[in-house]
Amino acid sequence: MSIDMNQFLQTFFEESFEGLDDMENGLLNMTAGEPDVEQLNDIFRAAHSIKGGAGTFGLTSVTDLTHKLETLLDRLREGESEVTTDGINLLLESVDCLRSLLQAERDGSEADPEQAADITTRLAAMVDGDNGDDSAGAHEDAGSADEGNGGGGSGPGGGWRISFTPEPHLFMTGNDPLRLLEELSELGEIQVRCDSSSLPALPDLDPEQCVLSWTIELYGDVQREAIEEVFEWVEDDCSLTIAPLEPVSGNTAATELETAPESQAAGAGEVADETQQQKPAQQSGGGGNASTSSSIRVDTGKIDNLIDMVGELVITQSMLNELGENFTMDRLEKLQDGLAQLERNTRELQENVMRIRMVPISFAYSRLPRMVHDLMRQLGKKVDLQLNGEETELDKTVMEKIIDPLVHLVRNAMDHGIEPPEKRVELGKPETGTLEMNAYHKGGYIVIEINDDGGGISRDRLLNKARDAGLVENGAELSDEQVFDFIFHPGLSTHDEATDVSGRGVGMDVVKRNIKALGGNITVNSTPGKGTRFAIHLPLTLSILDGQLFRVGDQVYVVPLISIMESLQMQGGKIKRMAGTSELYEWRDDYIPIIRLRELFNEAGGGDLENELMVVVEEDDRYVGLHVDELLGQQQVVIKSLKSNYRPVTGFAGATILGNGTVALILDIAGLLELAQARDEVLTNGANN
Amino acid sequence: MSESASDKTNSTATTQQDAALQGTVGDGDQYLTFTLGDEEYGVDILRVQEIRAWDTATPIPNTPPYVKGVINMRGTIVPVVDLRERFGMETLEYTQFTVVVLVKVIHGDRERIMGLIVDALSEVYGINEDQLRPPPEFGTVIRTDFIRGLATMEDKMVIVLDVDSLLGEDAGVGGASD
Repeated sequence: MSIDMNQFLQTFFEESFEGLDDMENGLLNMTAGEPDVEQLNDIFRAAHSIKGGAGTFGLTSVTDLTHKLETLLDRLREGESEVTTDGINLLLESVDCLRSLLQAERDGSEADPEQAADITTRLAAMVDGDNGDDSAGAHEDAGSADEGNGGGGSGPGGGWRISFTPEPHLFMTGNDPLRLLEELSELGEIQVRCDSSSLPALPDLDPEQCVLSWTIELYGDVQREAIEEVFEWVEDDCSLTIAPLEPVSGNTAATELETAPESQAAGAGEVADETQQQKPAQQSGGGGNASTSSSIRVDTGKIDNLIDMVGELVITQSMLNELGENFTMDRLEKLQDGLAQLERNTRELQENVMRIRMVPISFAYSRLPRMVHDLMRQLGKKVDLQLNGEETELDKTVMEKIIDPLVHLVRNAMDHGIEPPEKRVELGKPETGTLEMNAYHKGGYIVIEINDDGGGISRDRLLNKARDAGLVENGAELSDEQVFDFIFHPGLSTHDEATDVSGRGVGMDVVKRNIKALGGNITVNSTPGKGTRFAIHLPLTLSILDGQLFRVGDQVYVVPLISIMESLQMQGGKIKRMAGTSELYEWRDDYIPIIRLRELFNEAGGGDLENELMVVVEEDDRYVGLHVDELLGQQQVVIKSLKSNYRPVTGFAGATILGNGTVALILDIAGLLELAQARDEVLTNGANN
Repeated sequence: MSESASDKTNSTATTQQDAALQGTVGDGDQYLTFTLGDEEYGVDILRVQEIRAWDTATPIPNTPPYVKGVINMRGTIVPVVDLRERFGMETLEYTQFTVVVLVKVIHGDRERIMGLIVDALSEVYGINEDQLRPPPEFGTVIRTDFIRGLATMEDKMVIVLDVDSLLGEDAGVGGASD
């Protein structure tokens, strides 16, 4: 076979990791003692696909483990074994082990062979443990062992007897027995016997069905793998046995069974029992990009939509073209219509292109059930995790960066929020706590809520901690919102004892910082004894922002709309001075510094600020007024990187291209404050000298 | 890019002899030359991405004065550097002949596109490696590590620039970590 397998390898890994996630989810949904056949079937299928793919690529360690896993799953499915909590946990561990094996294969690193061996042994032990009074399972094991024996003892110089009975639908899969036989003949001298006993009478013959079977004797020193490779693509659609031609004595067979490379043994067993599966394993080949970096799976519906839209765009364009060629003033209205249509098409196209980057939040959710499952065992708590709004979509980059904060919040809720079962019963709450996650869109933002019905946060205790840390002045009255916000303050934890899971007071500040970095924010609300609710607001995408355009000197700049608190015309009486130079503005019972952007951007000019325009912006709870020359419109801008071709510039988050093709810089408020501070330091130092 | 570099060395090796025999221009690596006043400068033509007429750039506050700002190169933001100012020469008003030569700058494992504002374009020369003379160690106002060498072409001196060290610095050393 001269097909370059590497191009499919990437696809295989992607599909396998998805398969493992599916298995994990299925296992987590399973309850001990109540086998759900549908679910077991799903898990089995996922495992089977991975095994099939791994076999194709010769990843024997994976094939091996998956095979053992399948045996156990099969027994569970047939009802021959009980579904126990231990069993589920072992299966989960196997999934983890498979994942690390696959990751190692993908990254070309070494997996821990002991882990795999350990899991394999325990899986086998579990199968054997149930075996006792069950002859069917024992028989199957014996069967695969027998064939394993054959696999190990590839009688050199002897040859092989291959019996090949294709399923009737073989032709439908695009395979042709003749081609296989030809390929076999390339390996060595062959003698083929055809069994036509199933051939029906001519009137009943369906030429699209394969009813023949073959026994092939292949002479010469041929490796078993070489033969298996010939049948690689049909092994799911046939019954195949490969046995050495010269019968070996029982004695040697036994010894060889022990020394036979386990991988081959498992591989061989697989060929035989493959036919029992109704669902053929999906070959992981079949196209797909072998992209090494990050890739994204896109719903074909989205692509079809795009194609439709491009079609419309082309129609509009040709209409405008035609108009332009024979333009007379009386067709002006038509031209305007056409341009309006063009604008609509472009906007729709843009929206749809952006939508390609959007992935459902279930990607972020997928990690949680497993974590909750493990934490329940670790903490001895009972929690019912409810995930809502799984279809809510957000940008892939945002998604990737929100996973860690979400994990942290869920951990926290499990550890601090929800009480142990005894305490819950004592408090008159249901023994099992509820952890509910909601995701939904709300006006250009996506909101993710995490609710628990645990003990809540004690407002007083938090306030005391904050007082102890010197964050609150004595006598200051704070709103609930302000108090709960202290939870995000570094080093502040209401939990008196740190645990393995959380409680060291690090983390919540990181959570908030990460969310801020994504242009979002997080709020918390809690009722003692009833529970806590975190709400995360995130922008739908990172590459587009709603911006306010303004002018300083000759240049147009953009400030993110989300940072703007207010835009106002300065009143003379509210402008105050400090040391003659620093300018403050009285705003909402507060004095905020005024930054003259002209000065900061080294533009000429200055003068009186009265009646000039100011944009009040907020950054990390600090407010400043930016003095600008003129406010222009608000519009969505596409953020382009400055550092990809230049370098990061303090004070600017990037640049964008305006409608007229020119470049406008986008302000980064945090950086701008840094710049202003650096300048002030120069000034204060100057004053001291 | 490493590929084309090795290609170049190969072709240099094979054509070196011929060129030495003929002693003429036209063989060897190709260089695009441009003028600043009556001086002629050259850059490796494989690095040239695009040449465009000068159009306004958006200045970036608080950057060196020779960084004239950023322009829109088909959707990407590209900084442009005034070469006269970079070399401390007298500045000129930009005219209709002023061009921006967009070159690829390789710094560490990053590639960037940056623009050079020059007076006018001149020629394309083939210059062999052995025709390049090292720059004098002193007596130049241009830092010697910006210069790959000096070549004589049709009685003119062509200053061949090393764009990587000339512009890499402006892109920020260690800026590879995004």
